[in-house]
Amino acid sequence: MEPVGDFDLEYAAALESTAPVRLGSQYGLFVEGEMVEPAAGRLAPTVNPATGEALAEVSVADAADVDRAVAAARTAWEGGWRDLPGAERAKYLYRVARLLQERAREFAVLETMDGGKPIRESRDLDIPLAAAHFFHYAGWADKLDYAFSGRRAAPLGVAAQVIPWNFPLLMAAWKLAPALACGNTAVLKPAPTTPLTALLLAEVLRDAELPPGVVNIITGDDAAGAALVAHPGVDKVAFTGSTEVGRAIAAEMAGTGKRLTLELGGKAANIVFDDAALDQVTEGIVNGIYFNGGQVCCAGSRLLVQETVADTVVGKLQRRMDTLRVGDPLDKNTDIGAINSQAQLDRITELVASGVAEGAELYTPDCVLPERGFFHAPALFTNVSTAHRIAQEEIFGPVLSVLTFRTAEEAVAKANNTPYGLSAGIWTEKGSRILWMADQMQAGVVWANTFNRFDPASPFGGYRESGYGREGGRAGLLPYVELVA
Amino acid sequence: MSDRLVVNKTYKQFIGGAFERSESGRSYPVAGVGGELLANAVQGSRKDVRDAVAAARSAQGGWAGRTAYNRGQILYRVAEVMESRRDEFSAEVARAGDGCSDEAAAQETTAAIDRWVWYAGWADKFATVLGGANPVAGPYFNLSVPEPVGVVGIVGFGEPPLLPLVSRLAPVIVSGNTAVVLASERCPLVAITLAETLALSDVPSGVVNIITGHRDELVPPLAGHVAVDSLDLTGCEPDMAADASRQAAATITRVVSASAAERQWADESAQSPYLIDAFCETKTVWHPKGR
Amino acid sequence: MTDLLAVETPAGAADAVAGVRITPVDAVGLEQRAAALCTRSIKTSSKAAALDLAIRVMDLTTLEGADTPERVEALCTRAHHPDAADWSVPSVAAVCVYPELVPVAAEALANSPVAVASVAGGFPAGLAPLEARLAEVAWAVAAGADEVDIVLNRSAFLSGRYQKAYDEIAGAKQACGSAHLKVILETGELGSYDQIRRASMLAMVAGADFIKTSTGKIGTSATPAVALCMAEAIRDMAEQTGRSVGLKLAGGIRTAKQAWHYLVIVGETLGPGWLTPERFRLGASSLLNDVLMQRAKLRDGRYQRREDYSVD
Repeated sequence: MEPVGDFDLEYAAALESTAPVRLGSQYGLFVEGEMVEPAAGRLAPTVNPATGEALAEVSVADAADVDRAVAAARTAWEGGWRDLPGAERAKYLYRVARLLQERAREFAVLETMDGGKPIRESRDLDIPLAAAHFFHYAGWADKLDYAFSGRRAAPLGVAAQVIPWNFPLLMAAWKLAPALACGNTAVLKPAPTTPLTALLLAEVLRDAELPPGVVNIITGDDAAGAALVAHPGVDKVAFTGSTEVGRAIAAEMAGTGKRLTLELGGKAANIVFDDAALDQVTEGIVNGIYFNGGQVCCAGSRLLVQETVADTVVGKLQRRMDTLRVGDPLDKNTDIGAINSQAQLDRITELVASGVAEGAELYTPDCVLPERGFFHAPALFTNVSTAHRIAQEEIFGPVLSVLTFRTAEEAVAKANNTPYGLSAGIWTEKGSRILWMADQMQAGVVWANTFNRFDPASPFGGYRESGYGREGGRAGLLPYVELVA
Repeated sequence: MSDRLVVNKTYKQFIGGAFERSESGRSYPVAGVGGELLANAVQGSRKDVRDAVAAARSAQGGWAGRTAYNRGQILYRVAEVMESRRDEFSAEVARAGDGCSDEAAAQETTAAIDRWVWYAGWADKFATVLGGANPVAGPYFNLSVPEPVGVVGIVGFGEPPLLPLVSRLAPVIVSGNTAVVLASERCPLVAITLAETLALSDVPSGVVNIITGHRDELVPPLAGHVAVDSLDLTGCEPDMAADASRQAAATITRVVSASAAERQWADESAQSPYLIDAFCETKTVWHPKGR
Repeated sequence: MTDLLAVETPAGAADAVAGVRITPVDAVGLEQRAAALCTRSIKTSSKAAALDLAIRVMDLTTLEGADTPERVEALCTRAHHPDAADWSVPSVAAVCVYPELVPVAAEALANSPVAVASVAGGFPAGLAPLEARLAEVAWAVAAGADEVDIVLNRSAFLSGRYQKAYDEIAGAKQACGSAHLKVILETGELGSYDQIRRASMLAMVAGADFIKTSTGKIGTSATPAVALCMAEAIRDMAEQTGRSVGLKLAGGIRTAKQAWHYLVIVGETLGPGWLTPERFRLGASSLLNDVLMQRAKLRDGRYQRREDYSVD
């Protein structure tokens, strides 16, 4: 029998202040160090997904704007950036890192307003990691000769970088920092639903006195992104987003000689053995799938749990899910914020419905969702078979599918039974089993007894249809250099 | 008439450790320097490509699972066996395609043998050089290691036929990948002689598979095969490379092509640990550090 | 599964006690979760109730060789009415003293809701002869203790003599009679969270009504991660056996903020059912003043002067 207490623990609606954020009503494009109006004058609203209300109007770049941005990047590259000593490039990047740290709270609040992620995450993870990334790669800029023994690392030229909406500023940092450190210039295109922190970054770049044109930031729709990657003046394309778009870009690049790196989708297995530290496992599973509402390419969306502890783990998980707080992302106590857009919410809802229709059993805690905005309760499916859509397709939402296994071999077979290969989780107290399992995983990042950890020094990127190339660490330099004998 | 009739070699494809004719039953003539018939090579088919990829796939786990020391010894063994048959290789290089002087052919053979030796030594070193511990900001052990990408399709080259092939094949297999090689269309014979050497050198069946025939016919099924993880299109003309890259895009297959420096086949610039890396995936493993 | 009591094996090989499963603990994951729980902010309207709860679950403690009857009597007065000027402040849960002072406390608290707790069983080392320790427990209960705090025999536990450690707790439980038994694990001496979890399970299975972190006599005492580790053990115990064991956190708890953190850790891990003096205690000597100051701040909207609060 559940004991009854006489005290109800209630958390405050501890709202982070939006005071540090000074929103403009309209935003231009950041080209050659200036905010400029788009050629065709088109604007589109960017919406706060927690309220459904527009925050500001943002420029929609067209082919002429892309031309202008690429030309600016080319001029900046040839006009000095490529010949600048590494130590000087480093100092610009260190400045950017410091300015981001100084304005961290402002960036965090804006990130949460524009993208819907909990302030706890933007404050504790996205923004600090973005600054750390600039700091890390700043240090590489004058040490490239030590990175690749026997070879000189030459810059490629102009990098076209198209980034997603799930970690807007962090992905901008992941793209820009190594590109600039290696002596390239860049044209960055943020996602249509989350342009604001990239535009605020433009301010930081200007304050850092980065030479005009070294970084250009153009906002716009998918057509603008397509025009950018297809632009003949671009030497390198880096894309993070869906596998579907990644395929199209790879096909488009064929025969152009442009260098390409892709960071695409995933359907990670989180594998729990019966000897694991089950309470930390529970936290790891929760962090694996409900972090950023599951809108994470490396989310641990398939839980593979050994049959002997399946009921225990699911019980612990359900109990833990009951304590998850879904709601206003600006509330410091919120665990799961808003889904990024109506379109994404629709996709999640559709896939959850398919799971129910295909016979899996759905558990969601009894939580009240806000009336406005785009929200989805954390969901857990049991009785899932590997053939179900929810076990195969990337959902990109707070939806976990539970499958069971009996032996390590079976766990490996099920974990690798996907065209994706971005990440995997292994939970066991047995050291030799961890190392054997890590060897077997067809995945670029293997988290053992932890999940969803990121660091600028640690390479990140996928096997197979999760893309190619790495971001982070020394491996993250390779996509932005040519090795010359 | 000479006293003794020479016994000519039949050049077959090399699939899963066996020398086989094409399932299609076809062959095509291969001409020497003066246009004379050197041999009828097998004209491989789409199905031969399929079988070769299947053989490569099933051999890959075992090959990658060998110790690096063992793979190094096997690559070194290839050099040993080539050395013992260097005259045969030199003669074959000299009369292939447009041919070359005996001296140049001998140099090419020597360079090819030395390239095997160079890569043999990398087997138990490239992971040390390309991977390592990453000092992350937290209580975690974090290690990156290069792992073989899996099955690599290598599109063969024009002339000269031996050194480019070895220069591209050795860095692919040294890490534990298996390969499906489309031999040079015009000069395929030395690739088959190399296959015979591999078969004698403890290279396990299926690790290297060599198909001969027409590229127009063979590149598309190779490039489009879902089980091919990476493609080396160094031997392709630009249009064919573009088509193959488009095919490869559907399954996010990694496409690699030699740089200009790497095409200076006889130079040291043609060999590099980063070429091994080009056919590897970086895997990064995290683990907490706690009592 | 190796059973702690079935085979006398070195620590590390065991993962059950009397058939109750013991789960391993990952230190980094545990500490991260504990730190995350400490970032929760409590609703202002809840804060007053939270402060009152912190008082209601408090074991006001004095365990000094220099404790005199007068000092204990003064402490008992405060325990009953922590703020002489504001009788709306609730009484604490218990006053915790050495056995010799139990009769003093029992008399002073006779007409109050405050319980008398006594340390016993060779506190704080627990290495007096077993007969003497059990006799001390019985003596304290006979002298009027409602609750007895004993220590785990770390000498036995750390050397793998689990059966001995278990038997001693079971013996103390018997000697307690109807009094509540709290078993102090002295977590700072156990070396790892795995050992804390194992000791928690062993103590609960042996009959502890409460498990408690520390004696307060060594440098290391309660931490959020240790509290979480023990709360998770209690949750497993409840799930596996249906028995609800209480948690007492002691040592180094000096501020209202720390108390809130522990309320959150216990509330989120074990549920609101544990946020009651029946199942949750904070053992402290100097915490009360800080809670009273925060309470006054909440009431008057002014920060307080520490020197104005009782020095007892």
